[in-house]
Amino acid sequence: MNTPLVSLVEAGKTYGQLDVLSSMTMSLNEGEVLGLFGHNGAGKTTMMKLILGVISPSKGSVTVMGMAPDSKEAWHCRSKVGYLPENVSFYEQLTGLEVLTYFAKLKGFNKKQAIDLLEQVGITYAMKRQVKTYSKGMRQRLGLAQAFIGEPKLLLLDEPTVGLDPIATRDFYKTVDQLKSNGSSVILCSHVLPGVEQHIDRAMILSSGKLLAMGTLSELREQAALPVVIKPISFKKGGLNDAVAQDAKLKHFVSGSCQNTLMVPEQEKLAVLKQLLSLEELDDVHVESANLEQVYQHFLEKHELDFQQKIQEGQGS
Amino acid sequence: MKQILTVANKEFHDGLRNRWLVSITLIFALLSVGLTYFGAAASGAVGVTSLSTTVASLASLAVFLIPLIALLLSYDSFVGEQESGTLLLLLTYPLSKSQLLLGKFIGQGGIIALATLLGFGASALLLYFQLGNTDIFRAFGLFIISAILLGLSFTAISYIISLSVSEKSKAAGFALITWFLFALAFDLALLALLVGVEEGVTQQGLTQLMMLNPTDIFRLVNLSGLDSSDVNGALAVAINASLSQFQLFSALVAWVVLPLSIAIFIFKKKKL
Repeated sequence: MNTPLVSLVEAGKTYGQLDVLSSMTMSLNEGEVLGLFGHNGAGKTTMMKLILGVISPSKGSVTVMGMAPDSKEAWHCRSKVGYLPENVSFYEQLTGLEVLTYFAKLKGFNKKQAIDLLEQVGITYAMKRQVKTYSKGMRQRLGLAQAFIGEPKLLLLDEPTVGLDPIATRDFYKTVDQLKSNGSSVILCSHVLPGVEQHIDRAMILSSGKLLAMGTLSELREQAALPVVIKPISFKKGGLNDAVAQDAKLKHFVSGSCQNTLMVPEQEKLAVLKQLLSLEELDDVHVESANLEQVYQHFLEKHELDFQQKIQEGQGS
Repeated sequence: MKQILTVANKEFHDGLRNRWLVSITLIFALLSVGLTYFGAAASGAVGVTSLSTTVASLASLAVFLIPLIALLLSYDSFVGEQESGTLLLLLTYPLSKSQLLLGKFIGQGGIIALATLLGFGASALLLYFQLGNTDIFRAFGLFIISAILLGLSFTAISYIISLSVSEKSKAAGFALITWFLFALAFDLALLALLVGVEEGVTQQGLTQLMMLNPTDIFRLVNLSGLDSSDVNGALAVAINASLSQFQLFSALVAWVVLPLSIAIFIFKKKKL
């Protein structure tokens, strides 16, 4: 097992009395894509800033490429890290090419590479125009081009797909997949977005500075123990409802609110499907595992409940 | 060093693009040519006046204009980038805070310095063609160098402002107050001290107090060499307790270096 590219050990950040991030332990391997999820103020951006070395941890340690990112030794590693901040507005009076050339030069590259990057994100046609004439999507593409300067080993992207149209989003994920296959690691920071699931290896869910859950999507599903939704469909008269209701095995799973839907725990899924297939009336079946959004909501709700319970216990004692 | 130059180059080009260089140069050139020609209009003559009168009138106008222009040019250097998010981004680059600050200083200072040189240099040339006297270059040389130092000093002061506040509008307000305090209020206070308080300050003490204000040092540099008939107010008193030009220039340089160091210190402490 080689050393992870990024590792946080009990790292925390406090501003005065405010605990923005409390002892976070995580690691990111080379070529891994990590999704970082949480609502506003959950500590996502603070965590990114810690990894970038812009701020220093109040406690614990942060290691990036074998060094503390806020130290002087880590200086030369910085050109190997790409960052797309949330809501950045580039120098409005400069052209797209001028902006990117400036940033490329600061990382030790030149104008030619800047043009190549603009081509990669598909805004070469507008590179001679001032940034103030750009649409939201074009600005976001410019920001991405900026983060991709110098084929970074580590990319931190804060809300990368905000403002991108579906085609641009698809292109973006294609680039992420490509970077990943080149061995780059990516941290994608986002509110939960549909479509992000296929592109991340692991997910981290944060809330008010605390880690709620971390793991691959299937691990998280398992932890959350959310049922698989199975919808058997029949076009025949009378339908399936009776057959299902009479089946000794299946009737436990029928959803209370919806007669023709079965809520099945992950481990029972295949058994239930086999049983369903044996029914003559079955014409089609929809199987839907819990998606990232549902998993995310589950953990947030659980956190909320635990929190309230704690308050009540506090009041009781 | 390369990083500093990259930033300086960008800031300098911003200054060109926003027409700062052209407008400052024009203001200075018009002002100095106008004063050179019409400075004596009050005494009934139009035409080139004496060298000392010209430099004295230029200095007394420049002392208000240069700080104002420098503050206007640079007050949003940091707070503006902080608001748009590029400051945070730049700091994730292989670029230290002092490199970023010095780069900006060289770029924006370059704009001020070049505009001062071109604007006032124009009237020096004009005077030379009219009078044919090479003394002009010495007098104007001192004037231009001290004017540049004054501009750089206020650029550095405006960085302190820009790094200490979190909103652009606040920075603008503080810049205006700073200008008012240095260019106007300080002198009035000195005068009040001189006139109102008996045995308040000695001549020596007054000169030392004047070292606390870069605009006064600038005045001393440019007026001390001139006939005292062109000079009045608190300044005339101070001039008699003459400090050498070298000491005055050192004090001006200190007024560039010190605020710059303070700005770097504040930047390093700044939370992002």
